[in-house]
Amino acid sequence: MSDSVKTLIGKKVGQTTFFEESGKATHVTVLEMGPCVVIQKKTRDKEGYNALQLGFAEKKEKHTTKALQGHFKKSGATPKRFLREVRVEESASFQVGQTLTVENFKDVAWVDVTGVSKGKGFQGVVRRHGFRGGRNSHGSMFHRAPGGIGASSDPSRVYPGSRMPGHMGTQQHTVLNLRVVKVDVENNLLFVKGAISGADGGLVTVRPSVKKGIVKF
Amino acid sequence: MNATIRKIEDGQVIRKNVPFKVGDTVKVSLRIKEGEKERIQAYEGLVTGIQGSGGKMKFTVRKISYGVGVEKTFYYHSPMIKEVKVSRSGKVRRAKLFYLRGKLNKKDARIQEGKKALQVHSEGALETATAANVETAPAEPATAAESPKTEPAAPPKTEQAKGEKA
Repeated sequence: MSDSVKTLIGKKVGQTTFFEESGKATHVTVLEMGPCVVIQKKTRDKEGYNALQLGFAEKKEKHTTKALQGHFKKSGATPKRFLREVRVEESASFQVGQTLTVENFKDVAWVDVTGVSKGKGFQGVVRRHGFRGGRNSHGSMFHRAPGGIGASSDPSRVYPGSRMPGHMGTQQHTVLNLRVVKVDVENNLLFVKGAISGADGGLVTVRPSVKKGIVKF
Repeated sequence: MNATIRKIEDGQVIRKNVPFKVGDTVKVSLRIKEGEKERIQAYEGLVTGIQGSGGKMKFTVRKISYGVGVEKTFYYHSPMIKEVKVSRSGKVRRAKLFYLRGKLNKKDARIQEGKKALQVHSEGALETATAANVETAPAEPATAAESPKTEPAAPPKTEQAKGEKA
């Protein structure tokens, strides 16, 4: 992570089956990564930490607020739909306006992919937390209810964090240690093995695997 | 389907046509890698189903091996397949031949001969095979059971009549 940033933002294109060079059929998720433009550089001196603000996907100027128009103008880039910050050790080697492509992942074997999961709406405990529920017949009057949610007069309250019905999904979710199957620099595509959270077209952030480190091919 | 995904899938199509249909007996030549070496292993049996289309198309081949039914499913465009040869065409009225399962007896599992031209399909071009270079499969029970004396070039009328009876 020292001289080149390996984290990029992009979008999920979809899933398919891909034949690897070995002939093996692998189920992959195709991600369109970048090209990302460095919109702003944050430094330890000024902001207290080193980071890059990356922009991804074009946006029309008329859809951009005046404030943001000025922000993009400073970097010399066209307005972008998504802005995300990426931490770097040293930001000196990057220039504002510089373009980062999927080529960054060429020598990365394992990645972590962060996305926002699909929204499921308000869900009960059976779907949301995997409670078992009761039997449907034989006089049972307990079907999908949560059951007891705590003790009685002591403590006379429900403990915070008790699993209850509520909104499910639309949560940030990171899938760790996905193998990079193919890097298509020409079309800005990254093929990773397995599934990732979120709908097709959703914004994703890909970084080299934290647990496996930057393992070269 | 997303255009990019479609492009990726279409890009994996290495065989132009599908020479077989459900009910045909095919010989699949598989590349088997053993360390450095590569050899070809043949797997011959009856196509009991075709799943999907395009670059993701799969087909299931059933055979009886030492009295035990074996079904293998292959990606048609897999690089591990060298070629798929149709050794006998069959006439069936189902898209999936699940009814063959459990019928280990040759007589129960027999299938009427079809009238389709016999073709060989290897990587690249599609050639139409002459009747001479297509061997019939004596090992395959379904083939062997089906009226062994009938030559593939039988007049179509007879075949249709047979089909109606069946």
